[in-house]
Amino acid sequence: MKNTEYMYVDGIPVAINGEKNMLQVIRKTGVKLPTFCYHTDLSIYGACRMCMVEDERGNLYTACSTPPRAGMSIKTNTARLRKYRKNILELLLANHCRDCTTCANNKSCKLQDLAVRFNIDGVRFPNRADDNKVTNSSASIVFDSGKCILCGDCVRTCHEVQNVGAIDFAFRGSKMLISTAFGKPLSETMCVGCGQCAVACPTGAITARSEIQKVWDAISNPSVKTVVQVAPAVRVALGNMVGIPEGKDVSGLIFAALRKMGFDEVFDTSFGADITVLEESKEFLERLKEGKRLPIITSCCPAWIQYCEKKHPELMENVSTCRSPMEMFASVIKEERQERGKKLFHVAVMPCTAKKFEAQREEFLGKDGSRNVDAVITTDELTHMLKEAGILLNEIDPEPVDHPYDNASGAAVIFGVTGGVTEAVLRNVVKDKSRSALMKLSNVGERGNEGLKIFELTTEDGVGLRIGVASGLANAEKLLGMLKNGEKFDIIEIMACPGGCVAGGGQPFVHADVRKTRGKGLYDTDRMLSIRHSESNASVQALYDRLLKGREHELLHVHYKKK
Amino acid sequence: MPEAFDYSIVDEALAKCGAKQSSIIAILQTIQEHYHYLPEEVFPYLAAKLDMSEARIYSVATFYENFSLEKKGKYVIKFCDGTACHVRGSVPILERVRSELGVTAQKKTTDDQLFTIETVSCLGACGLAPVMTVNDEVHPAMTPDKAMEVIYSLKVKEDAR
Amino acid sequence: MSAAIKTKAIKSRKDLQNLREAMTKAYTSQTSKIIVCGGTGCVAGGSLKIYENLKAQMENNGLNVEVSLEKEPHDNSIGLKKSGCHGFCEMGPLVRIEPQGWLYTKVKVDDCNEIVEKTIKKGECVDRLAYRIGDEIYRKQEEIPFYKQQIRVVLEHCGKIDADSINEYIAIGGYEAFEKALFDMQPDDIVSEISLSMLRGRGGGGFPTGKKWEQVRRAKGERKYIVCNGDEGDPGAFMDRSIMEGDPHRMLEGMMIAGVAVGAQEGYIYVRAEYPLAVRRLMNAIAQAEELGLLGDDIMGSGFSFRIYIAKGAGAFVCGEGSALTASIEGKRGFPRVKPPRTTENGLFDSPTVLNNVETFATVSQIISKGAKWYLSIGTPTSPGTKAFALTGNITNTGLIEVPMGTTLRKIIFDIGGGMRGDGEFKAVQIGGPSGACLTKDHLDLPLDFDTLKKIGAMIGSGGLVVMDSHTCMVEVARFFMHFTQNESCGKCVPCREGTKRMLEILERIVEGNGNEGDIELLEELSDTISNTALCGLGKSAPNPVVSTISNFREEYETHVYEKKCPAGQCQKLKKIYIDPLTCKGCSACSRKCPVGAISGKIKEPFSIDLTKCIRCGSCIATCKFNAIKEV
Repeated sequence: MKNTEYMYVDGIPVAINGEKNMLQVIRKTGVKLPTFCYHTDLSIYGACRMCMVEDERGNLYTACSTPPRAGMSIKTNTARLRKYRKNILELLLANHCRDCTTCANNKSCKLQDLAVRFNIDGVRFPNRADDNKVTNSSASIVFDSGKCILCGDCVRTCHEVQNVGAIDFAFRGSKMLISTAFGKPLSETMCVGCGQCAVACPTGAITARSEIQKVWDAISNPSVKTVVQVAPAVRVALGNMVGIPEGKDVSGLIFAALRKMGFDEVFDTSFGADITVLEESKEFLERLKEGKRLPIITSCCPAWIQYCEKKHPELMENVSTCRSPMEMFASVIKEERQERGKKLFHVAVMPCTAKKFEAQREEFLGKDGSRNVDAVITTDELTHMLKEAGILLNEIDPEPVDHPYDNASGAAVIFGVTGGVTEAVLRNVVKDKSRSALMKLSNVGERGNEGLKIFELTTEDGVGLRIGVASGLANAEKLLGMLKNGEKFDIIEIMACPGGCVAGGGQPFVHADVRKTRGKGLYDTDRMLSIRHSESNASVQALYDRLLKGREHELLHVHYKKK
Repeated sequence: MPEAFDYSIVDEALAKCGAKQSSIIAILQTIQEHYHYLPEEVFPYLAAKLDMSEARIYSVATFYENFSLEKKGKYVIKFCDGTACHVRGSVPILERVRSELGVTAQKKTTDDQLFTIETVSCLGACGLAPVMTVNDEVHPAMTPDKAMEVIYSLKVKEDAR
Repeated sequence: MSAAIKTKAIKSRKDLQNLREAMTKAYTSQTSKIIVCGGTGCVAGGSLKIYENLKAQMENNGLNVEVSLEKEPHDNSIGLKKSGCHGFCEMGPLVRIEPQGWLYTKVKVDDCNEIVEKTIKKGECVDRLAYRIGDEIYRKQEEIPFYKQQIRVVLEHCGKIDADSINEYIAIGGYEAFEKALFDMQPDDIVSEISLSMLRGRGGGGFPTGKKWEQVRRAKGERKYIVCNGDEGDPGAFMDRSIMEGDPHRMLEGMMIAGVAVGAQEGYIYVRAEYPLAVRRLMNAIAQAEELGLLGDDIMGSGFSFRIYIAKGAGAFVCGEGSALTASIEGKRGFPRVKPPRTTENGLFDSPTVLNNVETFATVSQIISKGAKWYLSIGTPTSPGTKAFALTGNITNTGLIEVPMGTTLRKIIFDIGGGMRGDGEFKAVQIGGPSGACLTKDHLDLPLDFDTLKKIGAMIGSGGLVVMDSHTCMVEVARFFMHFTQNESCGKCVPCREGTKRMLEILERIVEGNGNEGDIELLEELSDTISNTALCGLGKSAPNPVVSTISNFREEYETHVYEKKCPAGQCQKLKKIYIDPLTCKGCSACSRKCPVGAISGKIKEPFSIDLTKCIRCGSCIATCKFNAIKEV
């Protein structure tokens, strides 16, 4: 065994345990260096220069890009460093729209945070922020270059994590900006609307397109009946706004709050997910029997659907024809929840920005041209609305959802985490419904935060299944590469966002470890529920006996039009 | 209906420089040699051929000064912006030429598509400062009058056509 | 008719030696040679037309002209060659006559007839084309003060040999060093010879070349690369261009030796696209070396394989920075990256890479042939060898020079450069381009070498020397360089992207007469931040021109800021142009000349200038026959 090596941070010896850079070593001493361009999930960029530290001889290093060296002694907070950091912040602010109070990211902005932290009390340069450059360029994303600090986090996310590459730097020097090719609207590019760029953005330069006003208007219109559904992943992220720990399921509080806000009926998207499990299992078993169009590739994630359409159109025939849980549920709601004399307005609360695009797709318009989902708001948007309404989530009492969609299985709840859809379908596919079988199924390889999981399993009938689960589109690309190289797969689950919907583009930003906490929250809920198989959801079964009889294809499936 | 873009020049460039991502600069240079700028149609085509994002190609093309995304005039006139030329009075020449041709630092090409006026970083012909080039032919020791003479003679030549 | 010497592919060391012998014989037998400068400067002056004209006239006169070396015998034939830059660009186009060693300056096409009639036919010097200072005539090139004070090691062949001929290069001993390195030396010997010579990188920082090669030699990696930095982007520098144009094989040879030393298989030359002639000459040189078998697989049966490719720059100064340069070769934006890892471990295509500049590679072959000891005998103990400089600005003799390290500025500017041009007094010299600093008359007697300059906060950089006289405003010089750096900033890191923009903004308002109290201090504060926190060397050095002009000429800044005056009289916005009503005849010549229509008046009455429209271009002053227009 090699002896542990140490370096000195502000005079204190700190063990080096394989950390790739000094930043991580310094974090262990309880010091949080300021950063803009450092993200554990992304390549090292080293451009914001905020995390510089000073050694004994006065040399400066960017902590994010310098490997720790044994015996090295650095200081993290010297007079020089403070001066330089302040200067850099001042330079950034001089080029930044400083209308903080009207910014969508007010109080969740790193630049604002650091400006406060370093006590920037004035900017000595004329403001040269780009104005009037807000481009509402897709259904999902809004870009405001006046708030961009060119840290490149979005670019690296789009390329490295998502393999999409819709945006990049354009031009150079002080003319540099983030742009699509020729400044085309995002909707005309490879952009899939996943919103991971917005998650990565440290300021308010990239945000989800807000539909808040539309929703308030509907709620306050007496001739409109508002019906809302809430996706599984929302419940483990929203509580944090009032200090409830990340990962804690606050679904009951959310349902209560939505009613307080004025929604007429409140439902859980998990109900839709249960229908999805049944339909997708059926489809899979049919394909397996016929040996055709295998592997079946999941279809719940609208960003993945766009990715597949744009990059791998030939694989669209492998994609399940099942609508996403949101859209399945929406078509049921549109059929059953109409009220005479009132216009139905259906809102979905999603962890996702791509759902905003999905809701607009022509495939999900009714015969009259009206949308099945009229508005999609993200977790972040719901947070804003709750604040606006003055509802303190931690001071209200939980409530259940409305009748008649008032049950949800654990299998549906775990849709929000990578591997969840696969596990839910497998629970349905295997014949043994016992507790021990459930235990066994949770251990076959679909769980865990890795971006790419491949595992095999044999059914009771002796059929060997090879399953691939990917989250993050770069991982998906790897998986599809294997598929195209002739590797055999029976089921492929793809979620565009790393970790699945819990870390969706509409969720408050979290680091990788918190993603795990949110996922665990969903698994906890699953374990606590009495119903853990989708087919055991009596309300769903009742629906099959009622509305869905003979109309499954019309209401629950979709064939995306070729682009 | 716009005419279909002829990709044969692009294909030639791909064949000459190698259809790999690391050749993108050489490929764009070869294409620009032909068109004197980079037509927009080229980008999605290259993106597909090189399995490279279109935004990234645009990013590379806009990083380097020599690539132009706009059509240029028949005569591209460049004024050296280097130290030696500056010290020996290149600015008044440029200002005179711009004002007489009605172009600016932003609008570089004349309305008749005859002249494009650009500045260029040091051409390394400092001994001949101030220097101007017309379609890469170097004209040494310029003055505002001499520069305008060159331009007028080109105009006369064009008018005679 | 003379018979061509057969040049076939070289398959062994013996083949190369045989070829060299034949070519040397051919070269030395060609006693009379006319060498027309084919460098960028002289080509711009029309030297190619002179070359064609000379050729035609000689042929018409029935003279035995030979443009290539591959024919023999050469007795009684006259060699006509296009060479690379002779260096004395100020006096171009240049024609050198051998064996006499005469240099004809400012040659025109009309002079060709006389050259043929007098010099070629009769062996007489055309005195009116010779260089003069006052009444003194300098016929021989080597006697001209500009050349006399120089020691040419790297530029040895520039202007003397046909830059397009590998055979001529071989004839004068070319590829001998490569041969020696390949067959007589172990890779370790090569590296240690270079280390012993204390050769330091000529691109700016002066990093020991041997150490760099050693690191790459030791680095693990299946592939290793040799990269030559020919992205000479400093405004006012053209040493590397002249070497690439004038002696391309010498540079290739240096790269090939480096390849043998570190075990690389491929080399890249990154050349600015602004140097089309250099690109052409290099491409030609590579093609010739490949054809002969000096580049390719299993070179001369040694088992060593090496190829060289050219990557043309596309216009980005930042690509002179190592990691930005390799990024550019890889087809990416020229963004520098954070270090570590260094280029020597993780350079081009993530492989260990030797990255040196043109001049450095061009020095290598002589160190290998003549030994480290010889090299150490030139220059200073810690900076041995010579350095090429591009001498420009307000100086009599602009051009390319090479002097031993440690030569003083005074010698360069006043002896070689011939002192100031015009009536101005020496004020400062900017060394190292936009990354460099300005030196003043206090520094004239300092020896120019890496360490001395570092001590005073300057650097040799790539070797541009821009001389400025008393009519040059130092604030404007700082503004000019900041404008350049700002325009060339890649934009990656905040201090350089935003900081240089703000520095330029402040400098612009100062030269326009809108400077505020505190501006000079703000410039100093920004300089401190940028030079300590920018990502790459170019960013870190961006404030240098400002820092050095403030420290040497602070009062000039203060006069601009507080008195709104430019002591040098250069800042146009601080100038006022007026028409003296007593002298003006009202001829309207000035108003017709004014490009912006700022001058108006009635014929035969005094005209006046609208200062709000006036751009201070000075064309009215030049036009007025009565000297009625004045500038204050």
